[in-house]
Amino acid sequence: RFSAVFIFSPKQAEVEETLKRIQTHKGVIGTIVVNAEGIPIRTTLDNSTTVQYAGLLHQLTMKARSTVRDLDPQNDLTFLRIRSKKHEIMVAPDKEYLLIVIQNPSE
Amino acid sequence: MEIVHVYTKRRNEFGRQCNFSDRPAELHVDILPDPSLASNFIERDPCDVPIQCTQEMSEHEVNTERFESDTRGINHVEGGWPKDVNPQEMEQTIRFRKKVEKDEHYSSTIMQLGSNMEHCIKQNNAINIYQEYFEEEEEELVEESEEQPSAKTINVFRDPNEIKRTATCLSWHPDGSCKLAVAYSSLGFQNISPDMSYDSYIWDIENPNKPEMTLKPVSLLVCLEYNPKDSHILVGGSYNGQIAYWDTRKGSQPVEMSTIEHSHRDPVYKVIWLQSKTGTDTFSASTDGQVLWWDIRKMSEPTERLVLDPNKKGNLDNALGAISLEFETTMPTKFMVGTEQGLVVSCNRKAKTPAEKIVCTYSGHHGPIYALQRNPFFPKNFLTVADWTARIWSEDIKESSIMWTKYHMAYLSDGCWSPVRPSVFFTVKMDGTLDVWDFLFKQNDPTLSLKVCDEALYSLRVQDNGRFLACGSQLGTATLLEISPGLCTLQRNEKALATAMFERETKREKILEARHREMRLKERSRSEQSKDEDTKEGDGEESVEELATRTEAEFYEIVEAELKKRAKEQEKKVRRD
Repeated sequence: RFSAVFIFSPKQAEVEETLKRIQTHKGVIGTIVVNAEGIPIRTTLDNSTTVQYAGLLHQLTMKARSTVRDLDPQNDLTFLRIRSKKHEIMVAPDKEYLLIVIQNPSE
Repeated sequence: MEIVHVYTKRRNEFGRQCNFSDRPAELHVDILPDPSLASNFIERDPCDVPIQCTQEMSEHEVNTERFESDTRGINHVEGGWPKDVNPQEMEQTIRFRKKVEKDEHYSSTIMQLGSNMEHCIKQNNAINIYQEYFEEEEEELVEESEEQPSAKTINVFRDPNEIKRTATCLSWHPDGSCKLAVAYSSLGFQNISPDMSYDSYIWDIENPNKPEMTLKPVSLLVCLEYNPKDSHILVGGSYNGQIAYWDTRKGSQPVEMSTIEHSHRDPVYKVIWLQSKTGTDTFSASTDGQVLWWDIRKMSEPTERLVLDPNKKGNLDNALGAISLEFETTMPTKFMVGTEQGLVVSCNRKAKTPAEKIVCTYSGHHGPIYALQRNPFFPKNFLTVADWTARIWSEDIKESSIMWTKYHMAYLSDGCWSPVRPSVFFTVKMDGTLDVWDFLFKQNDPTLSLKVCDEALYSLRVQDNGRFLACGSQLGTATLLEISPGLCTLQRNEKALATAMFERETKREKILEARHREMRLKERSRSEQSKDEDTKEGDGEESVEELATRTEAEFYEIVEAELKKRAKEQEKKVRRD
């Protein structure tokens, strides 16, 4: 798995800390970082689930972004939240990367 | 006004090249304005003209043919890796990932995205925006709301064969009711063509396109039942009188069939599983007048047999043909048989002699009894569906039913109680309508009458939760309907009200029965007296005409006697005054 990472710069240490903090929040089930090609860079879930989430959410985010921009070309997608019966999937998009967090909200 | 210009061409000139020639313009028609025509019109001033400056749109509807959808899963395989990285190799992928993580841009992006994300996560943790605040109150409101009873078609399962057969019997899967077994046969006399398929199907209710499993009997199946104890076993009664049982794990062919010599001689109209330790006992009924008991482990001959002879002599020639059976697991020693002649015969299994087996009969119907079922909440009362009415009986009253529906325009073909509400039952008719009756609410008409299809409906089965029901039609179409919650949730006082209603009607019938008995006794004593008189006159035999004249004379005698009595009373009254 990807737990062993060599920290070469203070920036990377911050990134580590951020991701760890996100993962330890209440109700968070998993965190995934995906790049523009849909390749999962960092994940806390198992491989098959990660690959599924990465592929599907990447496409969905692209579609959501294009929808927002079609409606108003000066607008852009900042955040995507998908609430389902079992949990909430939150996607923070960027031009090159996607940060995906799956959380089970407070019941 | 038609403007016509005629030009001619000789036949031998056809096909020749065109020689165009030029000539000056010619005026062919000149239509000058004719002011007299204006008198046909009235000038309108002002004139309202609407103008809209928007995009022009047109609306078009298209209804596509029914399409078959299939659900499949995709196994997502990793992709998107650059060419030099082999996704199977752990080392290469790890190296790639580390490279990406070292990128400056990556770090700054993740920091920024991370802060956004944290904000939302904290939001979620702070308050659950979808929390139901008024859940309990909403439920109460729903109960009291007077919603219209309704039923909705959910799915329609059509007979996939070219030649359609009637769906004569339906049986729900015992666990979870996600499957429906439908028996197809043709009940018309000698209506079976050589191309007709003998198959019956088990349908998954989610998939109406293709049956989940096919059952291939030797002859058309008239009835089919799942074993309530073992959901893989089904027993079926066929048109040629044989009984067969299937195990869905073992395939489409029956596991075993009863031998022809010991089976029924007529189509088996109903087969029911019995309550027993082994869970392998069934009994079947047919119009040949026999009720046979079988143990499916040994189908070579029936374990027991009963001949429905009303004279209790076991004479097969006198026997009544059986069309329906009834058995309640709460009363394992008793069972009832509905006959073609319109009688319901109540029997006792544990009787020692065959004569004692038939306990009593209930008469009152004019035609074959297609459905017979005890009320699941009040086993002393049972429902029969025959001819043009549905009747509710009490076990104690043998002369007539305690409650009945009006005579309908179409023949009733099947019916059953709702398993969740004691006063609700369903019936289907030959004109394709399904009626839902709620006897506590309305007794003259069905609470809900729904036209399911254009052809006749032959069978009906309610699922154990009372919410879904399936009905089978003449063309083999089984329709799955969902009824509104009002008709399948137990109302507050329902049991008490239903008990009171049944008791009241039973009492009324008892009183009527007692009165009839009294009247009959009087008649008998009177006829005994007149018999003595008759023997003095001549022989007892008289032709119809003589009987008619005698009856007429008697009638006029009675009328005259009555008139004289009234005249006497009038006189007495006048004299008193």
